Amino acid sequence: MSEIKRRDPRTEWIARNRLHPQHLEVLAELGQGVASEWMGSAGIVRRNPHAVGFMGPNGIKRIDRSGVQQGAGGGGAAKSTAQSKPLVEIEAPAFLVAVVPDLSGGRLSSHDRDLLGLARQLADADPERRGAVMAVVVGAHKEDSYADAGVDRLLHLESPELDGYAPEARVGALVAVEEAWEPRHWLLPDSKLGGADLGRRLAVRLGERPATGVWQIEADARGEGGSGWRCTARGAANTLDIQRPLPRVVLALAECAEPVSETRHAAQPLVLAQPLPAQLSRIEDLGPVAVDPAGVALAEAEFILSAGNGVRDWDGFHRAAKMLGATEGASRVAVDDGFMPRDRQVGATGIWVTARVYVAVGISGAIQHLQGIQSCDKVVAINMDSGCDMIKRADLAVIGDSAQVLEALVALVEQEREEKRHAA
Amino acid sequence: MRPEIRDTPSLEVTVLVSVGRHPLTGRGRRADQDARGVELARGLPEAEVQLLHAGTLNEGSETALRGYLGMGFDALTLLEQPEGADILPALAETLDEASPQLVITGECAERGEGSGLLPYLLAERLGWPTVSGVVAVEGIAAGVATLLQALPRGQRRRLEVRLPAIVSVDGAAPAPRQSAYGPARRGQLAFVPGAVSLDDDWAGWQVQRARKRPKRLKIVKAASARDRFKAAAAKAEGGGGQVLEDVTPEQGAAAIFKLLKDEGVLR
Repeated sequence: MSEIKRRDPRTEWIARNRLHPQHLEVLAELGQGVASEWMGSAGIVRRNPHAVGFMGPNGIKRIDRSGVQQGAGGGGAAKSTAQSKPLVEIEAPAFLVAVVPDLSGGRLSSHDRDLLGLARQLADADPERRGAVMAVVVGAHKEDSYADAGVDRLLHLESPELDGYAPEARVGALVAVEEAWEPRHWLLPDSKLGGADLGRRLAVRLGERPATGVWQIEADARGEGGSGWRCTARGAANTLDIQRPLPRVVLALAECAEPVSETRHAAQPLVLAQPLPAQLSRIEDLGPVAVDPAGVALAEAEFILSAGNGVRDWDGFHRAAKMLGATEGASRVAVDDGFMPRDRQVGATGIWVTARVYVAVGISGAIQHLQGIQSCDKVVAINMDSGCDMIKRADLAVIGDSAQVLEALVALVEQEREEKRHAA
Repeated sequence: MRPEIRDTPSLEVTVLVSVGRHPLTGRGRRADQDARGVELARGLPEAEVQLLHAGTLNEGSETALRGYLGMGFDALTLLEQPEGADILPALAETLDEASPQLVITGECAERGEGSGLLPYLLAERLGWPTVSGVVAVEGIAAGVATLLQALPRGQRRRLEVRLPAIVSVDGAAPAPRQSAYGPARRGQLAFVPGAVSLDDDWAGWQVQRARKRPKRLKIVKAASARDRFKAAAAKAEGGGGQVLEDVTPEQGAAAIFKLLKDEGVLR
């Protein structure tokens, strides 16, 4: 590139001609845009309403108040709103509310976030004497957004004894936390992922009668039971609602409260002073058992490989599902054409799936199908048509022939298994 | 053929059974998880299975309890407890005296509070280990039971627990056998008086039929009108998805492989 400055007489002309429809854009490009707001000599903010906005494509002046025009673009704007959330710091909390999240897959689940929202309700009820929410994270995790989830204090307990299914060691660790900080409430998710088991063990160990299946709490002005809160809990296999004073240990259902979204919190790390107590473990974890993915119910399968109209090589598809260890699903067309059984149909007219990873092979993404996969975390699409709705929904889309891509994927998996075998 | 040497004494198993509630009609029946627990105990080789129930006997509960007898039992021990009593002390006392090797329960009762605390409370009281969500007992050797525990999403985990232990059975355990009418009629209900302690907390709580939980609304928290409009008008889309166009199948497969690895679904 040469260093010679080139003049563009046309832009200069437009910059001089303030009646030109592109006048403001050109000024902005040249970096000498008219300021719409400035500080006047008398210390008063002056505004030029004519300088606000830009010319739209139809020659009509448009004013964008979203703040996107000033920023760099969509992503930047999103980041700036995250930054602009007010930071709440509680220096000397009046009490602590301990939350033990499930952290399934090492991340906060939506259930955990609801629970942290519930903890915030309890902690922030009295603005004069605010409490702090303490998250007790047991074992390894991958989460880094505790601050946005509403955590004031973060206690991370790590020890090889706590890994895997070690309920006795975990309860021992939580009892050590109880002795060190004496939180006013213990909140745990009432979920099969571990919270239900751990919470009941903890409550029994602490000698508290917990409320299980809590789905609502409300302030109790009468102050019965001392805590100042009442809760509504499900009982008798979800056929009863039990209203009772809120106990110290609470096992809450999903959607028990709104998750924290408007504030950021300190997530200040805490350290347990004394070492974790040594536990005699009478339960030994021998690790997960390989289950036949075809036998897993489609509605609760974790990893689904789903086939649609675009699949021609059905043998290859079944082989890929077997190699990947995925549960097979299908779109309505594949089922109607007789390639897959009816009980494998995914979508509004079939089964609503909750898979963590959903791989759609040759599925264009009819709205009924997309409804059925609403709650899937990661969607991968393999498709020939780059304009279909499934590609818009997918987190990763590969445009190409599905048979070849699946074959290559199977080859990769096989190769990795080989390497593992050689290493072992 | 050599006669088998039976040096191991038979395994003593107690199944705690409760009166269930049919979800539609509300009538008494075998509680689903307890019936699965009985089925689990029936499948154990060389096990002496005892059924134990703590509660009152009335018309509704008698049909339910006889339902368990119809699964191939001659007798059921019934610890008499009035309605609304705390059954824990009586149960703990009985189990302490009988000292079985394995106690099997359901996870949650279908009547009353249904908090699912009983196995934990019993375990704490007796000083035994407890495991929840068991679907199968794979084997028992040298005072150690190998169990299969159900995890969400159809996954299973293998555990070893030292006996005596209390296990609670998950709803994913094998379905119970049908209850046979004749044995159910013929079976005996053996009454045992037990210590009674009333549950005062439970009496003080307000209990009503479960009402439908409110559906969570999709709340759009937008600072500006433009964001609100976009949220209202936009079609649901993932947004920010990576699209690989014009790549070889190998490159595409590698990208998918990486994602599957990161998510940890490949084993």
